[in-house]
Amino acid sequence: MMHVKEHDLSKNSELIAFRLGGQEFCVDIMSVRDIRGWTPTTPLPHSPGYVKGVINLRGSVLPVIDLAARLGFRSTEPTARHVIIVTQVGNQSVGLLVDAVSDILTINADTIQPTPDVASELARAFMKGVLAIEGRMISLIGLDSVLQSTRENSGFLN
Amino acid sequence: MDTMAAIKQTFFQECEEQLAELETGLLAIESEEHDTDTINAVFRAVHSIKGGAGAFGLEELVRFAHTFETTLDLVRSGQIQPDAGLLKLMLRSSDILADLVRFSRDGGEMDESRVSQIHEELTRAAQPGGTPAASAAPAAAPSFTPPAAFDAGSDDDDFVPITINFDDILGGGEPAVEEQVFVVSFRPKPELYAKANDAIKLLREIRALGDADVACDISEVPLLTELDPEGAYLSWTIRLGSDVTEAQVREVFEFVEFDCDVSVTAEPKVDPNFEFVPAPVAETREPVPALADDGPLIPESVLAKIAQVNAEPAKASPAAAANQAQPAQQAQTTIRVDLDRVDRLIDLVGELVINQSMLSQRVTEAGIARLSEVAVGLDDLEQLTREIQDSVMAIRAQPVRPIFQRMSRVVREVADMVGKSVRLVTEGENCEVDKTVIERLADPLTHMIRNAVDHGLEKPEDRIKAGKPEQGVVRMTAAHRSGRVIIEVSDDGAGINRARVKEIAIKRGVIEPGVPLSDSEIDDLIFAPGFSTASTVSDVSGRGVGMDVVKRSIQALGGRISISSKPGQGTTFTLSLPLTLAVLDGMVVTVAGQTLVVPLTAIVETLQPKGPEVHGLGERAKVIAIRGSFIPLIDVGYKLGYRYEEADPLNSVAIMVESENRAQSALMVDGIIGQQQVVIKSLETNYGQVFGVAAATILGDGRVAVILDVDAIVAGNRS
Repeated sequence: MMHVKEHDLSKNSELIAFRLGGQEFCVDIMSVRDIRGWTPTTPLPHSPGYVKGVINLRGSVLPVIDLAARLGFRSTEPTARHVIIVTQVGNQSVGLLVDAVSDILTINADTIQPTPDVASELARAFMKGVLAIEGRMISLIGLDSVLQSTRENSGFLN
Repeated sequence: MDTMAAIKQTFFQECEEQLAELETGLLAIESEEHDTDTINAVFRAVHSIKGGAGAFGLEELVRFAHTFETTLDLVRSGQIQPDAGLLKLMLRSSDILADLVRFSRDGGEMDESRVSQIHEELTRAAQPGGTPAASAAPAAAPSFTPPAAFDAGSDDDDFVPITINFDDILGGGEPAVEEQVFVVSFRPKPELYAKANDAIKLLREIRALGDADVACDISEVPLLTELDPEGAYLSWTIRLGSDVTEAQVREVFEFVEFDCDVSVTAEPKVDPNFEFVPAPVAETREPVPALADDGPLIPESVLAKIAQVNAEPAKASPAAAANQAQPAQQAQTTIRVDLDRVDRLIDLVGELVINQSMLSQRVTEAGIARLSEVAVGLDDLEQLTREIQDSVMAIRAQPVRPIFQRMSRVVREVADMVGKSVRLVTEGENCEVDKTVIERLADPLTHMIRNAVDHGLEKPEDRIKAGKPEQGVVRMTAAHRSGRVIIEVSDDGAGINRARVKEIAIKRGVIEPGVPLSDSEIDDLIFAPGFSTASTVSDVSGRGVGMDVVKRSIQALGGRISISSKPGQGTTFTLSLPLTLAVLDGMVVTVAGQTLVVPLTAIVETLQPKGPEVHGLGERAKVIAIRGSFIPLIDVGYKLGYRYEEADPLNSVAIMVESENRAQSALMVDGIIGQQQVVIKSLETNYGQVFGVAAATILGDGRVAVILDVDAIVAGNRS
C-alpha cells in the first residue's frame, strides 16, 4: 500500500485538541476525517489490549484504538460521552477513542517544543512535541507512528 | 500511460474480442450452422487484427494474419470449401493467432516452428491445384488493407492510411420506392486529394441523406508499375434513395465542385433490374502505398491482386453487400469503463443496502405502525435499493462465453495429444457471472476439461467396442439456478471405474482397506489430494495435482463441486458457484456474546451434541462421535480468545465443517441465529490480517461482524 506521510505542519497549522486521562493532546486537523460519539465495537480476536475492536463507519470497517491504553495509561471504559476521532493517514483509517474533544488550535510550527525527557518511553514514541498555550501543556500526537504500530501489531500474523 | 500505449492497449482489447468472434464463427462453420454472414464475420475478425497489428508494426502478427486472411478469403468467395480438414487447420490457425497476439502484448517467444508449420499449411490450402492464391481471389482484392508496410514505409510519401468501414458505405439495403432515387456519379480529380479532401467523407455525407448504394469503379487503376501515387483512379456511382432535392445532393459536392466530375440525375422510380456493382472498396486513395518498401511485409499477392483487379473489375453480388452491412446494424452500443469505477459503485451500493436495512430496523424499533406513510415509503426504498444492487451487480456480470471458447481450444489440443476424436458441445454461453468468478474459473475448468478428454473418454477402439460412436462428446453447460450459476462438465465416456478408484485410494493411503463405501463416496475419492487414476502419468493430466486442487479453487470462490457417474455412460461434474464475490451466504451464529458469520460453503451439517457422544481425549481435547467416526470438537470462542475456559459441549451447537483435505471438524458455537447473505468487507484495508478471521461484514443492526476463516481455525487446532 502507498504510504503517504502525515501532513507536514506548516507555519500556521490547525490542530484538534482533546482530553485523555486528565491530560491534553492534539493531532493535526488535516488528518481528521470525522468526530463521532462512542458506539459499541466488535472485538477482534487476538488483538492487542489497546485495540477496542471495529465499528461500521458508513460501510467500511474501522478499527478503534484506545489511545490512553496505547500511550501506556489506564485503559478507557467507554461511555456514551466518549468520543471517537476518525483519522486518516495514507490509505489507512483508524478511530481514536478519547475522553472529549476540547479545542481547535491555530499554532505556529515554531512554538512546538521537544517532548520533555520525563515522559515514558512509550509515550515519547508517539509524541512529536509539546505546546504551551495559555498555561496549558498540550502534547502533539504523531499519527504516523500510532497507525504504523497498530498495523504491525494487528494480532496473530501467520 | 502515454497515448500510444493506451491506444495499443485498446487494440489488444479489441483483438481479444475479434479472436472470440473468430473462434465463435469457426465453430459455427464447423457445426454447419453458418451462413455467409458467419464467414464474413470470421474474415473481418482476422482482417481487423491484421490492420491494427500493421499500425503498431507487429510484423510477425501481420504476416500470419495475412496468410490466414488469404485462405479465409478463398472460403468466403466460395473458391474452396471449408471441409473438416480445412476447418481444423483454421481453428489451429486461430489458436496461433491468439498466441501471437498474446506474445505481442506480454512479450515472450513464440514457438517459431509451430507458426511456420501452420503458416505453410495455410499457404498450401490457399493454392488449390497450384493456382496462386492471389489470382484466385479477385473479389477480395478491394477489401485488402496493405499491411504493416505503411508504418515501415518511407516518410517521403505523405500517405495517411485510411481504413474505410464498408458497412458505413455500403449500408442501406433497398432504396425506398416512394422516395426519389438519384444516381450520382462522382469522379475525383487528383486535385481533390491534393487539397486534403477525402472521398470517403463525401460518400458519408451522401449516405447521411438517405439510403445509398455505393459502387466503386476501380477499372482505371493501372498496374502497380505505372501507378502514380498522387493520381486519382477511382470513381463512384451512388444510388441514393432519399426525399431530398437534387440541389441538396449537389450541395454535398459544393466545396469540391472544381476538383471532380459530378453528375446527379434523378430517377423517378426504382428500376428493379438495375444491377449496381457494390464492390467493396478498401482505400479511397489509390493506395498500395508500400511501393517504396519492397520488404517481406508486402506479400506478392498484393501485386498480383492489383494486377488482377485491373484486369477483371470486381463484381460482388448485392446479396453479399447486404450481408456485410448487417453486422454494423446489429452492433451493440457498449462503453468501456474502468473496473475500479464499477467496484467503487458496487461498494457504495453495498453501503446503501446496509444503511437502508439499518433505517428499517430503527423505524420498527421506534414503534411506527407498519401502514404509516414512513413505513410504506421505507418499503419502497427497500425495493429500489434491491433493484439498484441487482443492476449494479449486473454491470460486473459477464457471459461465460469467452471461457467456454477457451475450453474448445483445450479440447482440441488435448484430443490431438492423446489421439482421440472429441467434440465439445456447449450450452448456455450467455449465462452471466461476476467477472472475477469467470477469471478464476479458467484454471479449474481447464483441468476438468483435460480430465474429461484424457481420463473420461475411452480410447477410440474401446468406444467402438462398446458400441459408441468413435467421436467422444464433452458437454459443457451453464445455467442459472436459484441465485447461483451451475456449470456442468460431462463426458460420454466409460464412467468412473469404482473398483480401480478404491484400489488406488487404499494404495495411496487415502482410505483404510475394508471400509464399506457407497458408490458416491467412492466417486468423491477423486477429490482426495494427490489422486490420479491414470495408470501412466501423461503430459496432459495426472501431474499429481488433481481434482483436489480443482475442488479447492472452486471452494475458494464460494462454490461447491460434485460428481456423478454412470458406468458405461459417462461422468458429470457439477459446479455450483455464487454469482458474485461481493456477497457470501453465511450462517450467523453467536459465540461468547459476539455475533459471527460462518461461510455456508464450509458447513456440512449442524447438530446438538448429546452426552454420550462427547468424549474427552487427552488433557483438553474433546471429540464427538458421529455415525461411527470421531470428529474433533473445536470451541470457536476459546480459539478466538473470546473466553478463557472452553464451553460445555452439551450447551453448545456443533457445526460440522469440512476444510482442506476433506477433514471434518465440529465447531462449537453458543447458538445459531439464522442464515443470511452478507456483504464482504475488508478488514485488512484499515487494520490487518487476523488469525481465524477471513473478512468482516456489517449486519442489519449496523454492527460489524467477523466472518470466520474455517480452514485457519481447524488448522490452528491441529498445531
